[in-house]
Amino acid sequence: LAHGAGGKASRTLIEAVFVDAFRNPALQPLDDGATLDLGTGRLVFTTDAYVVSPLFFPGGDIGDLAVNGTVNDLAVCGARPMHLSAAFVLEEGFPIADLRRIAASMAAAAERAGVRVVTGDTKVVQRGKADGCYVTTAGIGALERPVALGESQVRPGDAVIVSGPIGEHGIAVMIARGDLDIEADLASDTAPLHDAVAALLDAVPVRMMRDATRGGVATVLNEVARGAGVAVTVDERAVPVRPIVTGACELLGLDPLYVACEGRFVAVVDGDHAEAAVAALRRHPVSEGAAVVGSIEPGPAGMVLLNTAFGGTRIVDLLVGDPLPRIC
Amino acid sequence: MSGTGARRIRVRVEGLVQGVGFRPFVCGLAGAYGVSGFVGNDPGGVFIEAEGEPSALDAFTAGLTAQAPPLALVERVSVEPAEPVGGSGFRIVASRRGEQPDGALVSPDAGTCAACLRELRDPGDRRHRYPFANCTDCGPRFTIVTGVPYDRCATTMADFEMCAACALEYGDPGDRRFHAQPVCCPACGPSLRALGADGLPAAGDPVEVAAGWLEAGRVVAIKGLGGYHLAVLAADGAAVAALRARKRRESRPFAVLAADAAAAGTLVHLEPAAERLLTGTSRPIVLAPRRRDAPVAGAVAPGARDLGVMLPYTPLHHLLAERLAVPYVLTSGNLTDEPIAYRDEEALRRLAGVADGFLVHDRRIEAPADDSLVRVFRGRELVVRRSRGYAPAPVGVPWRFPRPVLACGAQLKNTFCVARGNQAFLSQHIGDLESYETLRSFAEGVEHFCRIFGVRPAVVAHDLHPEYLSTAYARDREDVDLIAVQHHHAHIASCLAEHGHGGPVIGVAFDGLGLGADGTLWGGELLVADLVSFRRAGHLEAVPMPGGAAAVRQPWRMAAAWLDRIHGDALPGLAVVGRHREQWPAVVRMARAGLNSPLTSSAGRLFDAVAAIAGVRDVIGYEGQAAAELEARVDPGERGAYPARLIEGEPLVIAAGDLVGAAAEDVAAGVDAGRVAARFHRGLAAAVVRAVRVVGEGTGLRTAALSGGVFQNTVLLEAVVSGLERERFQVLVHSRVPPGDGGIALGQAVVAAANDRR
Ligand SMILES: [Fe+3]
Ligand SMILES: [Mg+2]
Ligand SMILES: [Zn+2]
Ligand SMILES: [Zn+2]
Repeated sequence: LAHGAGGKASRTLIEAVFVDAFRNPALQPLDDGATLDLGTGRLVFTTDAYVVSPLFFPGGDIGDLAVNGTVNDLAVCGARPMHLSAAFVLEEGFPIADLRRIAASMAAAAERAGVRVVTGDTKVVQRGKADGCYVTTAGIGALERPVALGESQVRPGDAVIVSGPIGEHGIAVMIARGDLDIEADLASDTAPLHDAVAALLDAVPVRMMRDATRGGVATVLNEVARGAGVAVTVDERAVPVRPIVTGACELLGLDPLYVACEGRFVAVVDGDHAEAAVAALRRHPVSEGAAVVGSIEPGPAGMVLLNTAFGGTRIVDLLVGDPLPRIC
Repeated sequence: MSGTGARRIRVRVEGLVQGVGFRPFVCGLAGAYGVSGFVGNDPGGVFIEAEGEPSALDAFTAGLTAQAPPLALVERVSVEPAEPVGGSGFRIVASRRGEQPDGALVSPDAGTCAACLRELRDPGDRRHRYPFANCTDCGPRFTIVTGVPYDRCATTMADFEMCAACALEYGDPGDRRFHAQPVCCPACGPSLRALGADGLPAAGDPVEVAAGWLEAGRVVAIKGLGGYHLAVLAADGAAVAALRARKRRESRPFAVLAADAAAAGTLVHLEPAAERLLTGTSRPIVLAPRRRDAPVAGAVAPGARDLGVMLPYTPLHHLLAERLAVPYVLTSGNLTDEPIAYRDEEALRRLAGVADGFLVHDRRIEAPADDSLVRVFRGRELVVRRSRGYAPAPVGVPWRFPRPVLACGAQLKNTFCVARGNQAFLSQHIGDLESYETLRSFAEGVEHFCRIFGVRPAVVAHDLHPEYLSTAYARDREDVDLIAVQHHHAHIASCLAEHGHGGPVIGVAFDGLGLGADGTLWGGELLVADLVSFRRAGHLEAVPMPGGAAAVRQPWRMAAAWLDRIHGDALPGLAVVGRHREQWPAVVRMARAGLNSPLTSSAGRLFDAVAAIAGVRDVIGYEGQAAAELEARVDPGERGAYPARLIEGEPLVIAAGDLVGAAAEDVAAGVDAGRVAARFHRGLAAAVVRAVRVVGEGTGLRTAALSGGVFQNTVLLEAVVSGLERERFQVLVHSRVPPGDGGIALGQAVVAAANDRR
């Protein structure tokens, strides 16, 4: 179970099982997508499997989640998303009406992102062998800009930007499960990011980008710190969080930095262009809440440090699995 | 001096023998027995060559242990024969540096001795009112040592060159400052300065200036032995409130410094053991029952029955206390959750805006050390925070560490431990590793200990919790064997180590939280344990912690989880429910759905639930506050006890919900918090005693060891110990090693060694 939480455990699982089995240079950087040079031009290729409970939640469903997620993985690699595949694993007895609804939202999301679903597959498994419906999408995009993105490009002095208020997808889904029996005016942030990303790439020198899905912004920042061998310092007061998310996180005992988003990304940009980067992002509805949240420092290498509202410095560590209190 | 029957011996003395006046003592001893030769320090301790009549040599050798100076701790004296060379006189020779330090010890800092104090007060003495006077029996040690062997050049006193008068004392075997490394005087030693809030020097006698500030209600930062403190007059409510606000410390009690034991006696009721601890060379903060009429503002220790008092431990603190003639609050100079500031520039920067003035000096502090904190249990010391005056004295164990060990400790109240030979060195209090500053002081502290004790760890022990930053630190060490030690096993092992007991015993580990072997959070455990391994023989009934860490900060959530478990939807008309009407239903649903609600068998969380139900505390400002305040409320006249069932099985379960349910019924019926607190403590203790008896019947074990932070609670401790003694169990409790997470590194170290031996 802990392997799904998006932190250290899933990274270890991926490295232990798949990287080993599929060893090749395109897989090695463990980015969101693989960049392939086909001779006639560079492509980015990515795939992702989607499981979510409930399947329908305020602001979206598993269908648009699956399209947006793959679109976003392509976008943060610097590519223009083009073609998608979709594969479904359905539990026997899954209502056809629900499947129609999912398909419709996938079509709408594809339309919005300017991509086409060009191939697919469906399997039905016995009742009880799956939880309703799982969707796997793969996508290819064209790498049309001469960009070099990745952790290796990150250097001290760079600015860290978050594209909008964080944690809304994770909290919206948690509330939608109904366990809490609370009502909140909150929708998932699921959205395609390709336009915002393109605007950012056109505006400023970008070092790297990553969408903050499972494990939230904290996990991405740890990947940056470890991958680039730098420190990431974050100003707690600068991190955009809607009051309703703050309130829900307080109730749930969660740290919004670790809560999943499905329409937010973290960008590291040249520090001299931080304000221009935010201005460019704010012109797009999906990233109108963008903000500079921190900076890249030379050390302590591999660490994410949060300057708290109280004037202290808290270490934001990579979670190993489900969060367990460390307090004694 | 050597006659015809003269023999010569080569002697090695190991233990705490450096920085405690040992070499001058050896010179004196040699003179007394007419022995010639020399003595010196090396990284292994003290080396001696002595020549004389055989009977004189025997008496000399015996005297090395029997007559050792007060601060020395002789662990081993080994003797081998050598060729006589003749000669006369006995002298101290230069220290030798060697490759393999294996016995030299750095001693803890010691409070000003009576002889130095007399000089301080003597207008005719050249050290009259000199704030840095010290001698071989007292003064700074661990906090100024930069390396071994212990010599002036390996301390921060290397910055000061001795004047002729001091050099004379230093070189005179008859002087009480003979080879006292920090020896100094107003002509050659460190000096005091008063700085305003702007960092600029203030005119006048610095002690007088600082006293004036304090009397005017200001907050003054004082550079002490192990770091900077913040001071205000204890009776000045407004100043105490200002200090709390600026330090961002809302409710955790402050300690108060009184001029002497008599003055301390006007603040607290001092039993003889407490007075002994208060006046001893370690000079800890002693927790004792506060006097009703104590001239101390309420904001100093809100909600507490006890007050922490200490006596001056440097000439500077004596001068200030005597000048003020009233007690002053002395609290570590930091913002809440940060480590104590001890480097000058950093301190001035971090405390700007907190302090209105600074009383500083120019002797560098090499290693930070907070004040230690002790309670008294049955006339013996119960160390709660082991730091200045205690660290880095070794904990001797009757086993060898096959390879050098570093144990990284827990996450909160962290201390670490390095061990080699048959000695374990538990570090000073480091603090909570959440903050980067504290993690850095942890890493620097580890390096410092490894250097001064000559240890290169081959085995590194850490907690089972993967996200403790101490665990992450351990895993980043290269070329070592890692051993993960379960939290409560480490607690019990630390108690065993303190007693030199190898187990097996029935361990009762009651604390806040620690990761269990089954992935749930433990904290109310009965372990059948030895140093190698353990079996979970019993535990408190487990409940969800709704919101994880949020439930630690908000004890009322534990009340919600327990009351839901006991009563379901039909909650009785308890005030705690009304106080949290809005969030209560959501918190209960989280607990039921298991939404960020890990299961815990924690005793600390059980105290939290009862504290909230009894109306004592719903939300805490510092760790363990609800439990401490519940203990403070116990009505000592109450004889009742809530019953709790034992649910037999493997493991055995103590039905803690019975206690919570009975407390809730009493509270709903209007029984006051003091009686509820007493009945809960007595009921829990009785249940623990019965559970230990059942485990004892099953295993044949007759020894119990009590550990974990909950056993800082002396009301519970007394009830459990006396109950177990009535059942004829031998009971091991902590004394010099903290029962809380500050002692856990020692347990990790001995468990690692026991597994290394196999
Ligand atoms: Fe503990
Ligand atoms: Mg992805
Ligand atoms: Zn002295
Ligand atoms: Zn001098």
